[in-house]
Amino acid sequence: MIRVSQLSKHYGGNQVLRGIDLQIGAGEFVVVLGQSGAGKSTFLRCMNRLARADGGELQVAGIDALDARDERALRRQVAMIFQHHNVVPRLSVLKNVLTGRLASVSTLASVLQLFSQADVELARQCLLRVGLAHKADARTDSLSGGQMQRVGIARALAQQPKVILADEPVASLDPKTARLVMQYLHDASRELGITVVCNLHQVEFAREFADRIVGLAHGRLVYDGDASGLDEATLQRIYPDAESTEDESAAACAPQLHYANGLGG
Amino acid sequence: MGTHEYRWLVSTPESLRGWAVSGTLLLVIIALLHWSAGGAELSWGELAAGLPQIGDFISRSVPPDLDILPKLLAPALETVQIAIWGTLLGILFAVPLAFLAARNLHSNRWLYQGTRQALNVIRSINELILALVFVSAVGLGPFPGVLALAVHGVGMLGKFFADSIEEIDQGPLEALRATGARPLQVIVFGVLPQVITAWIAVILYRFEVNLRSATVLGMVGAGGLGFELVSSLKLFKYPETATCIIVITLMVIAADMLSGRLRKAIQGDGRH
Repeated sequence: MIRVSQLSKHYGGNQVLRGIDLQIGAGEFVVVLGQSGAGKSTFLRCMNRLARADGGELQVAGIDALDARDERALRRQVAMIFQHHNVVPRLSVLKNVLTGRLASVSTLASVLQLFSQADVELARQCLLRVGLAHKADARTDSLSGGQMQRVGIARALAQQPKVILADEPVASLDPKTARLVMQYLHDASRELGITVVCNLHQVEFAREFADRIVGLAHGRLVYDGDASGLDEATLQRIYPDAESTEDESAAACAPQLHYANGLGG
Repeated sequence: MGTHEYRWLVSTPESLRGWAVSGTLLLVIIALLHWSAGGAELSWGELAAGLPQIGDFISRSVPPDLDILPKLLAPALETVQIAIWGTLLGILFAVPLAFLAARNLHSNRWLYQGTRQALNVIRSINELILALVFVSAVGLGPFPGVLALAVHGVGMLGKFFADSIEEIDQGPLEALRATGARPLQVIVFGVLPQVITAWIAVILYRFEVNLRSATVLGMVGAGGLGFELVSSLKLFKYPETATCIIVITLMVIAADMLSGRLRKAIQGDGRH
């Protein structure tokens, strides 16, 4: 479903992706782990062209995501879920889900707020899958953070995509809500046979939900396997300088302490 | 005893240099005010000498001639009609320009700068001057008034619309683009829902301003109550002038209260 080879990308002088090779089969639930700045987000964004990779090959759902002329055809197949859910606050929940259909309907009809009966029915089905059928007519900004993210999932499902990319979908939620949201994403994509690539910070969620875990560090693939292979040594490779960064921050604090003492004297 | 109970908590300059700077600043301000007073020919003496004349003017205006009220109904309605169409035409042309003048919707810097500057230029031309131009172009009557309000309105509304577009949350727009939505769809489903209440508040405010301006535009022949006001003034029918001023004031107060209440209702709606 997804074929990546020697993918690279830089922002200015900063090399974010340094030649990534990866193959993901249809229906897999893949979790990508890595520190902030390891390139997880960029990796995901390249897959539906919110970012453009510099080199390598990238095939998603049978479409060349690097050179495809028809960007919309790619994005129709590849839905995205964001950390800050990015739902439109003043629209109703149902309409937010229907925005997932925009690429597949005519501009004129949608701009006039006309959606086919089938699309509305599909949107309601998607809301049912994330347990929000009863909120269809509520205004989206009246929902809680976890519910908004579930609307984000429903919007992605409404695209009827082959692939869902989730960029730290639960990073700004409390642990209990986060697990619930992950559960909805996991169950819906399993039942519909959608391939999922999900960036996460929580290793325990990766163990719980992933068929397969991929570790990124400094723009390189450092782990590719299932949860059982995720031992201490591997985690050390995925999160390499956890200790050295702590030392740095401690060093950064020291002069400030001096300064504070100086003021006191 | 009293001096010990109070402390003067005004921060004063601590050094000689600080005092010098403050003193110089004070002198500069005094000099500026004196210079402006000279240019503007401020003269309490003349004002005092003119007071009897003002009193005379007022005494000749009272009591206001309320008999002409029925005659003022048509011009008053015309003023409202001018304001309505002046506002509406302004909105129609301001909306597309606002999308071009919003930095976050496209990356063409020249288009952005060009539209912004054009809006600034349009806004800087006074409505009365625009009205004079349009009166000479399309003749006397309410229509040049509508055009003057519309043109000035484009400048103001366009700027405010664009500013509120630049303030919106970019996240939903990115999400919509990620679904493959086309630019127009992104605007309708991502931008408009986020700006609509701010826009309505600005439009109501603009209508209020237009109503006020429409009463004055008549003075240069662009229809409405102002026309009646100036005619009565020229014929020395001061009681009629007084009635015109009262009607204008009441209309402006009514528009102010109505739009204030509507704006409050809309913004309150956005808070829950």
